[in-house]
Amino acid sequence: MWNGIGRSRRKHLVNNPTKTIPMSQYSASELWSIFIMQGFSGLSLFSVLLLMALGLAIIFGQMGVVNLAHGEFMALGAYVVYLCSEVVHNHFPALVPFYFIIAIVIAFFTAALVGLLVEWSLIRFLYRRPLDTLLATWGLSLIMQQTFRSVFGAREVTPALPEWLMGSFKPTDSIDIPINGVFVMGLTLCLTAAVWLFMYRSRIGLHMRATVQNRVMSGAVGINTQWVDRFTFCLGCGIAGVAGAAFTTIGSTGPDSGSRYIVDTFLVVVFGGTTSLMGTIASAFGIAQGQSISGFFLEGTMGKVAILLTIIIVLMIRPKGLFASKLRS
Amino acid sequence: MTTTTSNMIHKISKRAHVAAFALTSLVLAGTARAADYPTAAVNTTGLAITDTTVTVGQLHSATGTMAISETGSIEAERMAIDQINAAGGILGRQIKIVFEDGASDWPTFAEKAKKLLESDHVASVFGCWTSASRKAVLPVFEKDNGLLYYPTFYEGLEQSKNVYYTGQEATQQIIAGLNWIASQKKAQTFYLIGSDYIWPRTSNKIARKHIENVLKGKVVGEEYYALGTTEFGSLINKIKLKKPDVIYAIIVGGSNVSFYKQLKAAGITSDKWTVLTISVTEDEALGIGGENLVGFYSAMKYFQSLDNPNNRKFVEAFKAKYGEKSVIGDVTQAAYEGPWLWKMAVEKAGSFDVDKVVAASGGIEFNEAPEGYVRIHNENHHLWSKLRIGQWNADGQCKVLYESDLIEPNPFPKGYQ
Repeated sequence: MWNGIGRSRRKHLVNNPTKTIPMSQYSASELWSIFIMQGFSGLSLFSVLLLMALGLAIIFGQMGVVNLAHGEFMALGAYVVYLCSEVVHNHFPALVPFYFIIAIVIAFFTAALVGLLVEWSLIRFLYRRPLDTLLATWGLSLIMQQTFRSVFGAREVTPALPEWLMGSFKPTDSIDIPINGVFVMGLTLCLTAAVWLFMYRSRIGLHMRATVQNRVMSGAVGINTQWVDRFTFCLGCGIAGVAGAAFTTIGSTGPDSGSRYIVDTFLVVVFGGTTSLMGTIASAFGIAQGQSISGFFLEGTMGKVAILLTIIIVLMIRPKGLFASKLRS
Repeated sequence: MTTTTSNMIHKISKRAHVAAFALTSLVLAGTARAADYPTAAVNTTGLAITDTTVTVGQLHSATGTMAISETGSIEAERMAIDQINAAGGILGRQIKIVFEDGASDWPTFAEKAKKLLESDHVASVFGCWTSASRKAVLPVFEKDNGLLYYPTFYEGLEQSKNVYYTGQEATQQIIAGLNWIASQKKAQTFYLIGSDYIWPRTSNKIARKHIENVLKGKVVGEEYYALGTTEFGSLINKIKLKKPDVIYAIIVGGSNVSFYKQLKAAGITSDKWTVLTISVTEDEALGIGGENLVGFYSAMKYFQSLDNPNNRKFVEAFKAKYGEKSVIGDVTQAAYEGPWLWKMAVEKAGSFDVDKVVAASGGIEFNEAPEGYVRIHNENHHLWSKLRIGQWNADGQCKVLYESDLIEPNPFPKGYQ
C-alpha cells in the first residue's frame, strides 16, 4: 500500500494524519498516471455508449422507428453469451478459452433473427405511425423482460469470462489499464468500421441509404424496399446483441438490464442528430468525456446531473442535435 | 359367563380404559392443541386465523435490482415456516403464507403492505430488505397495528412498536467493525462509498462521526451512486489518487458486481489495499464472483462458514431444500430467525394479538439460532447479537477472523445523530 508514495509524503502523512496532501505534492508521474487512467475510462465509456447507440442510430436514425425494446435486444445478446458460457463449461471444457468470440457472433445472429421476427410480425405495419411504434415496442420490451425473468430467473447472471479478459495491463507501476476496457474499445472500433464500410461502400448499404432518402423513387428503380427495411432492422438489432454481449465483461445481466441502457442510448442518438452516423460518434464521445470529467470533479450522481443539464441546454439551442443533416423539408 | 369372570373382564377392560386414557393424555399434553387455544381467545383483533390455520404475509422483492439480495430471505422464511409446521405449527395451527412481490419499488412495498394488513388480515409479516422499503411500509404498519419482522442489518435510529429488527443496527455492525479494522490495520484515512439512498448515507454519517471523533482518523472522500449504476471508472481513479488506508464500501444490489469487477481490473486488490464492506454477504458474493473479492473484509453477525452445531444443521437443511449450490448470507439467516422469534412470542403470550405478542417478546432467547444465540432486547425491539469479521476466499465463502461478545443493540447512540 505504501508503494508509489515518496518518502517525504509518507513522513508528511505520519506526522499530519488529519491533513490532506496538497495536489502540488504529487509527483508529475503520478498526476500523469491519473490523467492517463481517467482519459482511458473516458474512452472506455465512449466505446460503451457508441456500441449501444450504433444499433439504435441505424433503426431510429435511418428508419425513424422508435424502438423502445432496443435495450432488451442488448439484454438478449448478454443472455446468449451467458447460455454459451454455461453450455461450454458443462459440456465442452476444451473450448473454454475460445468460446467468448464465438458467443459474440452467435449473439449477433440470435438478436438479428429475433429482430427479423419482430419486424415481420409487428414493426412493418407501423412504419407510418411513429406513436404507435412507440407504444408497440414498449409493450414488446415488457414482454421480453418477463420472458427473461421466466426463463433465466429474477436474479442477475454473469457468464464465466475467459482468463485473458481479466486483470489489467500495467505499462508502468501506477497505471492500470483494464483489459476488458481495451476489448470493448477494440470491438467498438471494428464494429463501427464494419458498419461504415457496409453503409457507404456496399450495394446493400446503397440500397438502404436510397430507401431512407426517397422511398418511392427507390421502389420505382427496382429496390425491394420491404426487404431493405427488414434487413436494416435486423442489422440494428444484431448490433444491439453484440453490445449486450460486450457488456457482460463490465457488469451482470438481469431481466431489467435493458431498461438501464435505453435512456443513455436514446440520449446519444438524439444528441448527435438522428440522421447522421458521424453525429452519433461525436455525441457519444462528447457525453462520455463530459461524464468522465464531471464524475471526477463532482461526486457520483452530481456528475450525471451536470451532463444531463448540458445536453438539455444544447438541445434547446440546436433541437436537431449536433450534426443535423440539411434536408429540404 | 359367571359373575366372577364378568367382573374380572369388567375390571380389566376398566383398567385398559384408564390406561388408554392416561396414555392418550400424556401424548397429547406434549403438543399444543388448537382446542386448548380457542380462536375467539387467541384472536380478538380480526386476524386471518381459523381453528386450524394462521395466515402470515411475506413481502420481498422477487424482481428488480434487489432480487439478487432478497431471494435468500424469501427462501429462509419459507424454510422456517415449513419447519414450524412440521413440528405442529403455532398454538396447534398450521401457518399459511401470502406472498407479495415488492418489485424493488418502494411505493409498491407500501401498497402491498396495505393489502396484506387490510385485505388479508395477516397475523404477522416477514419482509423488506432495504431501509427505503422499510420506511415506506412503516406508516402502514403503525396505522393498521400490524407486525413486521425485518431481517436486514440497517442504520438504526428507529424503534417502532410494530417492527422487530432481527438484523443488526449500526452500533453493532458499523462501530465494532471500524474499531477492529482501525486496530488491525492501523488505519487513519478512510474513503466512504455507498449507494444513493437512506441506509448507505446514514451509515456513512455514523461511520464518519466515529472515524473523526473516536478513532481520530480522516475521511478523504465520500461518494454515492444510484442503485443500478455500472460505471465506477472515475470513482476508482479518485480512490487511486487519494490512496486511503481503508475503502469503506456500502454498495447495494446489482451494482456490487460491476464495482468489484472494476476494482479488480483497476488493480485494487487485497495485497496492497484494504476494503471493508457491510453490504456484501454470501448472496452478493455469488453474483460478484469470489475471485473478485479475495482478501476483502465483511462485517456481519453471521457467515455461512460459522462453525457451531446449530449452523451445521441449518446449512444442511437449507442445502437439502434449495440445492447443494445454495449460499446463505447474513440477512438470510436473520430472516430465518423471524418466524421462530414470532412463534416463541406468540406461545409466551398465548395469543396472536399484536399487542399481546409485543408485550411478551422482551427477553425471549433463541438458542437454536444458526449464529449461535440471540436475545430480544427488553425494550427496543432489536436483538442482542455478536459481530464477526470475515475475510473472503476465492470460493465465495468467508474465513471468520474475529468474533465479538454479545453487543447490546442501541438504535439511538448518543453523539451519532
